Amino acid sequence: MKMTVSKAMVECLKAEGISTVYGYPGAAICPFYDELKNSEKDIQHVLVRHEANAGHAANGFARISGRPAVCIATSGPGATNLITAIATAYADSIPIVCITGQVNTDQIGSDVFQEADITGAAEPFVKHSYLLKNADDVARVFKEAFYIAGTGRPGPVLIDVPMDVQKMTVDFVYPKKCDIRSYKPTGKGNAFQVKKVVKALTEAEKPLICVGGGVFAAHAQEEINKLSKLMQIPVVTTMMGISAFSDDDPLFCGMIGSFGVKGANAAVNECDLLFLVGARVGDRAVSTPMTLAKTTKILHIDIDPAEIGKNIGTDIPLVGDAKLVLQQMLELVKPMKHDAWIDQLKQLRTQYTPVKTQSGTVDPKDFVQRLSAAMPANSTIVADVGQNQIWTCNNYKFKKGGRLLTTGGMGTMGYSLPAAVGAKMADPKRPTVAICGDGAFQMSMMELATAVQHGVDIKIVIMTNQRLGMVRELQTIGYGDRQTAVFLDGSPDFIKLAKAYGIDAMRVDGKGDVDKAIDMIVTHKGICLVEVVVDDMFPTR
Amino acid sequence: MKHTISVLVENHSGVLSRISGLFSRRGFNIESLAVGPTHDPSISRITIVADGDEHTVEQIEKQLNKLIEVIKVKTFAKDEFLARELMIVKLTVAPEKRSEVMTIAEIINAKVMDVTLSTMTLEICDTYAQLCRFEEVIAPYGIIEMVRTGTVAIEKGSDTLSPKKN
Repeated sequence: MKMTVSKAMVECLKAEGISTVYGYPGAAICPFYDELKNSEKDIQHVLVRHEANAGHAANGFARISGRPAVCIATSGPGATNLITAIATAYADSIPIVCITGQVNTDQIGSDVFQEADITGAAEPFVKHSYLLKNADDVARVFKEAFYIAGTGRPGPVLIDVPMDVQKMTVDFVYPKKCDIRSYKPTGKGNAFQVKKVVKALTEAEKPLICVGGGVFAAHAQEEINKLSKLMQIPVVTTMMGISAFSDDDPLFCGMIGSFGVKGANAAVNECDLLFLVGARVGDRAVSTPMTLAKTTKILHIDIDPAEIGKNIGTDIPLVGDAKLVLQQMLELVKPMKHDAWIDQLKQLRTQYTPVKTQSGTVDPKDFVQRLSAAMPANSTIVADVGQNQIWTCNNYKFKKGGRLLTTGGMGTMGYSLPAAVGAKMADPKRPTVAICGDGAFQMSMMELATAVQHGVDIKIVIMTNQRLGMVRELQTIGYGDRQTAVFLDGSPDFIKLAKAYGIDAMRVDGKGDVDKAIDMIVTHKGICLVEVVVDDMFPTR
Repeated sequence: MKHTISVLVENHSGVLSRISGLFSRRGFNIESLAVGPTHDPSISRITIVADGDEHTVEQIEKQLNKLIEVIKVKTFAKDEFLARELMIVKLTVAPEKRSEVMTIAEIINAKVMDVTLSTMTLEICDTYAQLCRFEEVIAPYGIIEMVRTGTVAIEKGSDTLSPKKN
C-alpha cells in the first residue's frame, strides 16, 4: 500500500502493538507527529517536559510491560537530550526504541539549525542504530529495531529519520519476521554445559545463587524461584535483581555489594560455589571479583557471552536465555537439602531497629519498611539514585508480584519520577510509588505536569535532607567532612509546589505523621506527594 | 602480544566508525586496521592488528561480535595465516646513490615506482616485520615521506572465513 514514510512509521508502531509513546515534538519530527494525530485512538502520545524523561518513561513502561517501549524526540538538542536516557537503558539492558527527527538528507553534515549527529553521538550507548536515508527501508528498519531491542540481551535502538524522508512515499508492507544474518541471539543453553552446571550445583556444600537483572529481562522469576526452592539453595541479588525473590522467602539473604546487606555479602564470602544468573558482576556488586574467584567456584549464566569472564573468572560458563536454561536445569535437578548452610546464613541476617532521630525528622529506613508493610503485593516501587535508593533497596520488603525499578548501572538521578509515569501506564492496576531525594526530584520535577496532564496516578515520596546526601556522606568519610556543593538551599516548598500542580501533598516531619502519610500513599485516589524530612547526617547503610 | 583479527562486516556506511569507536572506548589498542570490499559486494573485510593479553583479545572478539553489523570474527593463531602490508616510501637520493638504493631494493624485493633528480619512491609489499627491516636499511638515505596500509591477512590452507555468525 502506498503511503508516506511518516504514516508507515505509525503503521510500524501499530504492528508492534505500541499503544503509548513518550515524546517531545520539534520541526524535524513534525511530519511524523502529523501522522500520529491521525492515529490518536490507537497510539496515545504523552508529552513529557524534557526529552530525557521520555526515555526514562519508556524505560519504566518497557520494564513493566516486558516489551520494547517507544520514545520520540526532534533533531539536535531534542535528540542529544535523549542520550542520558539511552545510556541509562543501555547500562540496565532495557529495550527501548528511540525515534528522532533529523534535518533534511541534503543538509546533513552542513551544521544547519538543530542538526546533531545523533547516531554518532549515541553510538557508545545503543545496542544498534539506524540513520534512515532510504525511504524504502522504513518497514525493515522498524521491524529490525524492535527485534534487536527486545531479543538477546535487550537494549536501546535508535532510529534517526531525516525530515525529507518522513515526507517521501513508499509502498508499505510490514514484514512478518526479520532475519538478520549477523544477529542470532542464543536461546537454549548448550546441553553439555547445562549438565556440568547441575553437577557442580549438586556437589557443592555451600552453594549460593546470585540473581541479577537478567532474570527480569528473561522473565525467569518463576524458574529461578523453583530452582532455589527445589535444591534449597540460598539466594542473594544484585540491585537489578531485587524483587525477583519475595523478602519473606526463607532462602533470601538480600542485596549484595558495597551498599548491600551484611547477610548477603557474608553469604558471598562464605559460599563454596556462586551461581550467577543474569548478573554481570558490576564493581558495586562485587568489589574484588578476582579474589572471590580464587576461592569460590563460579558458574555464570548470561545471554551475552561478553559478560562471561569480563569481570570475574568463570569455572563453568553457560551462554543462553536465563528462562530457557533454568527450564533445562529444572528437568535435571533433584530435591536437595542444605540445612546447616541455610542455618549459618540465618544467623547472619539482621533485623533493623529504628533509631531515634533528631526532632523534626523521620527514620527513612523505618519509613520504607512501614510503607512496604502497607502496600499491596503487586506494587511497583521506583527508586531514584542516592541514599534514597539504598534505603529503598535494603528496606522495602518485596512480596511476590512486587517489582523494584531503579537505575542500577548508570545511576541516573531524576529517573524515578518519569520511570514511574511509564511503569504506571504500562499496567494501571499496579500501585506505583516513586521514591526519590530532594536532589533527584529537582532533576525531573517538571514531570509532575506530565503526570497531571495525562492523569497518571503515581505516588511520590521525597526524602528531603537539603543535601545531596550520598555525596555528603562520601565527603564526610573520604574528605574529612569538608562538605562541598552538596547544599540544596533554595529548594522550593515541595508541598506548595505540588499544590501548584493541583497535587495533594503532605509533609512528614515527625513519627506521629508517618501512619497518616502511608495511609495517603496507599488509599489516596489520584496522584499525591509525600515529603519525608530526614536528618542530613543519617547514614546510607 | 600482537594479535591479527579478521572481521567480516555488512558493507554499510558507519560500520567502521562503530568498530573503531568500540576499540577506543574499551581501551583496546589498535596497531593497524585495514578495510576493503570482498568478492561478495555486501560484505567488507577488516583486518585489525591489536595489542593485548589473552583476556583482552577474548573481550575484543566478544565485543566485536555484539555489534549487529559484524558477521564473523576470527583471531588467527600464530603462524596459521598469511599476512601482507604495503609500504610506499619517498627518499632523498642523489643521482650517484641511486644504484645503491636499487641494489637494496632488489635484495629485499622492493620496487622503484618513481624517480626524480633528487628523490626516489619505492614500494614494498611484504610482512610487517620485513617492512620494518626495509625501513631500517633505507633510513640512512633519508626518508622524507612514508605511507603504510596496515596488515591484511588470510588463513593458510583451504579454510575460509565464511559469513556465518560465530
